[in-house]
Amino acid sequence: MQLRLEVNGVPYETDDVWEGESLLYVLRERLGLWGSKNACEQGECGSCSVLLDGELVCSCLVAAGQAQGRHVVTVEGLGRDGRMSAVQEAFLEAGAVQCGFCTPGLVVATEDLLRHNPAPSDVEIREALAGNLCRCTGYEKVLDAVRAAAGTSR
Amino acid sequence: MSTLTGPTRESAGAGAHTCDGVGDDARRPDGAQKVAGRFAFSSDLWADGMVWGATVRSPHPRARLVSVDPSEALRLPGVHCVLTHEDVPGKKTFGLEVADQPVLAVGEVRYQGEAVALVAADSPETARRAVAAVRVEYQPLVAVVDPMEAMLPTAEKVHPSGNIVRHFKLRRGDPFGEAPVVVSGEYEVGMQDQAFLGPESGLAVPADDGGVDLQVATQWLHADRRQVAAALGLPEAKVRLALAGVGGAFGAREDVSLQIHLCLLALRTGRPVKMVYSREESFFGHVHRHPARLRYVHGAARDGRLVFVKAEMVFDGGAYMSSTRAVIGNAGTLSVGPYVVPNVSVDAYGLYTNNPPCGAMRGFGAVQACFAYEAQMDRLAEELGMHPVELRSLNAMSQGSLMPTGQVVDSPAPVADLLRRVAQAPLPPPGPTVADVATEGLLPGGMANTTHGEGVVRGTGYAVGFKNVGFSEGYDDYTTVRVVLAAGPDGPVATVHSAGCELGQGLVTVQAQIARSELGVREVVVETADTRVGSAGSSSASRQTYMTAGALREACGQLRAEMLARAAARLGVPEADLSWAHGEVLGPGGDVLGLPELLEPGPLERTVEWRHRPTQEVDPETGQGDAHVQYSFAAHRAVVDVDTELGLVKVVQIDTAQDVGKAINPGAVLGQIHGGTTQGLGLALMEEIQVEAGRVKNPSFTDYLIPTILDVPPMRVQVLELADPHAPYGLRGVGEAPTISSTPAIVAAVRAATGRRLPRVPLRPQDIVGLGEAAGGTDGADGAAGTGGRAGGAHDLTGGVPEPRGPGSGEGGAVP
Ligand code: FES
Ligand code: FES
Repeated sequence: MQLRLEVNGVPYETDDVWEGESLLYVLRERLGLWGSKNACEQGECGSCSVLLDGELVCSCLVAAGQAQGRHVVTVEGLGRDGRMSAVQEAFLEAGAVQCGFCTPGLVVATEDLLRHNPAPSDVEIREALAGNLCRCTGYEKVLDAVRAAAGTSR
Repeated sequence: MSTLTGPTRESAGAGAHTCDGVGDDARRPDGAQKVAGRFAFSSDLWADGMVWGATVRSPHPRARLVSVDPSEALRLPGVHCVLTHEDVPGKKTFGLEVADQPVLAVGEVRYQGEAVALVAADSPETARRAVAAVRVEYQPLVAVVDPMEAMLPTAEKVHPSGNIVRHFKLRRGDPFGEAPVVVSGEYEVGMQDQAFLGPESGLAVPADDGGVDLQVATQWLHADRRQVAAALGLPEAKVRLALAGVGGAFGAREDVSLQIHLCLLALRTGRPVKMVYSREESFFGHVHRHPARLRYVHGAARDGRLVFVKAEMVFDGGAYMSSTRAVIGNAGTLSVGPYVVPNVSVDAYGLYTNNPPCGAMRGFGAVQACFAYEAQMDRLAEELGMHPVELRSLNAMSQGSLMPTGQVVDSPAPVADLLRRVAQAPLPPPGPTVADVATEGLLPGGMANTTHGEGVVRGTGYAVGFKNVGFSEGYDDYTTVRVVLAAGPDGPVATVHSAGCELGQGLVTVQAQIARSELGVREVVVETADTRVGSAGSSSASRQTYMTAGALREACGQLRAEMLARAAARLGVPEADLSWAHGEVLGPGGDVLGLPELLEPGPLERTVEWRHRPTQEVDPETGQGDAHVQYSFAAHRAVVDVDTELGLVKVVQIDTAQDVGKAINPGAVLGQIHGGTTQGLGLALMEEIQVEAGRVKNPSFTDYLIPTILDVPPMRVQVLELADPHAPYGLRGVGEAPTISSTPAIVAAVRAATGRRLPRVPLRPQDIVGLGEAAGGTDGADGAAGTGGRAGGAHDLTGGVPEPRGPGSGEGGAVP
């Protein structure tokens, strides 16, 4: 099938998309946007998180066809004018990045959290990020990063 | 909230402080790309004309391989080739220590998931279909899956050499020691997976010279190259590897997974070939932590001093050797923990079975031993009516102590201090209350709201552990670093080039920090790790910062000497009258020569191959010998809430104290301690590859659980910096120690809350509530404690199945 969608404000059109393809596959392999990651492709790790029409989803669980005509924001689309977003800056500054494989998903999920809840409590942060696995950091500095980004750093 | 405390005993050799130098919280040079999604991981690689590789794997744990018929797969449009062992032009087997694993199965498959054939196709989907279309005929054989049976002389042999890969013996003092207080226990550690997030992946590109260029996520480029070149039948010079972005490793990338396969396919198709394992395939594609059964007998005097330790440990290495020999060496030499024990008798076995192959994982043999010896220390404390920290501190090793191998511990060993620090750290407020739930944390069961606090009991547990840093037992362990110092448009630039693998731990950051401090330059370029420079050894065994620091500091020192020589010639004064200070040479008459002037004659370059001090092989009959380079120590205190009705655990708080010798990058040190502690939490409470009859039951993140942000409590860390005089900057390897003691501390806390023995990790709800096999079987079989006795009985583990006892019968009597 033919697929048209907008990613990070840029319209894309791609042909020969196979029915079983996920949005993650389209982003990574067809559009060359490999910022969204593929740690499980089963909806368990959150490394593929993107915003689909403003809603946080695991792009590995979204069939390509479901993205037809819709707007996708990936980790590559978060900064402005070549600058990092506040969340990206906070993850870097807090040392919340080790291997970084979880980072795109965590950053997107944090953007989504702070958009809905600009001053989350620790419990709210934990609940919001419970779907994002990180194997390296133990999450302590991830919490630091989210608190800092929210301006609620203690 | 993390704190960094303790004195810094040694500063960078180059003197004055450099911004983002040694000891600073320098930012990762790759961090900006990583947060922006622009860092290329090994699964993100791409090349013109690229095809996709995929692997046909055995569904059987053991079977005769009758035939492989590729014809149907080859008929699918878009399929380029199907390869079997007949297409391996060079050595048909590979392996880290011994080449016992077929590149592609020959004659027999020995574990479920063993690679049998390869395909290359135009797309991942076509490759998947082609894998399904390869017809493989197997004749299933009876698999050797019980490690205890595998040890028997009558057992079927997994390999012709027999099933015992290594029997490590440790004998010190009187192995038949007697003591007034004796406790014994049998323990079990399940098979843990490294579960890095970035799947195995890479890209191989055929080269014009008949060789191949491989970009791959790995821990040890040169070990990969050796094995790839051998299998391809090519000289090593024609196999060039470069590190692709690594999404975590934790030991699982020390062995070859898809490296050889990628290169075989690239050379056959003449095209770039990419492979990316799915999560399911990843569970079959790398080695795991050895599951182990351990039986310990501890004897102590009435004042609590240890008199003897006897132990027998059986580690299931699975179908191929990987690093089992070294894992057993660690388990054996570290078997009694960081304690002084005059009489020791330990037998540690590593086995072949038809279970999944096991090899390196963070903690490497020390994890299994620590779970058992720390449980024993708690039982002994209980028997003696002592506080667990008091008993441990009484027996703690310190600088000058003897290991049970006879090796002198010749640098700080602050075991008692680390325990004291975690014991004195503030406890969380008593709880749990509904208010806590709203603000600070959750009850056991978390957001499922399975309890409102009824039946929830709090417990506190302690553990301390240690780990050897670097490769031990006489291994010739070295790291190569090349440094170039040259004038650049904006000032001098140092370029650091090594094959040391950045896995996320921050090696690239510390390389730049060290070069800045040693050379006084601001701008440092860390080149991609590759095989154009000599081996860096493995990024494992907590060794890479230690080794790279040694090599890099040496190379920089040589560059400084060269610059002093240049300055002496230029100023016409003897070198002895010159000194180096922070990127400048100071002359006798107040002359100052900066790097730009010193580099005028041209750039300077040094390549250094650096070794840590030598170690020895141990005596095969007694395990005596100076086996290790250095030890790394950590202690944990865990506070848990346990829902005693549902068997659910919430870890409320973890305190860690660790001696790191010198924190080259304090922030990265904390990150290692947090992450390592969390992997230990995973082993305590949830992580296990469940293997039944040689088959993996849970190869997915749906069924193999790793800790989420909801499972991890606030972690407070105290870092000591007691310099090791033998190590560069006094530093100690950091990565593994925090994983080792976190598991037993958490289990000790659950034991304290429930009063149960809990001899097996990961804990399962049925164990915690006392249902299921653990209550009548494993738990009851958890040995006996009592007063007065000999160190016999340790051989029950292999001499026969221990008699099951009812719940509680293993409790032993109180000390009279
Ligand atoms: S890759 Fe989508 S949730 Fe893991
Ligand atoms: S930083 Fe490696 S998985 Fe999170």
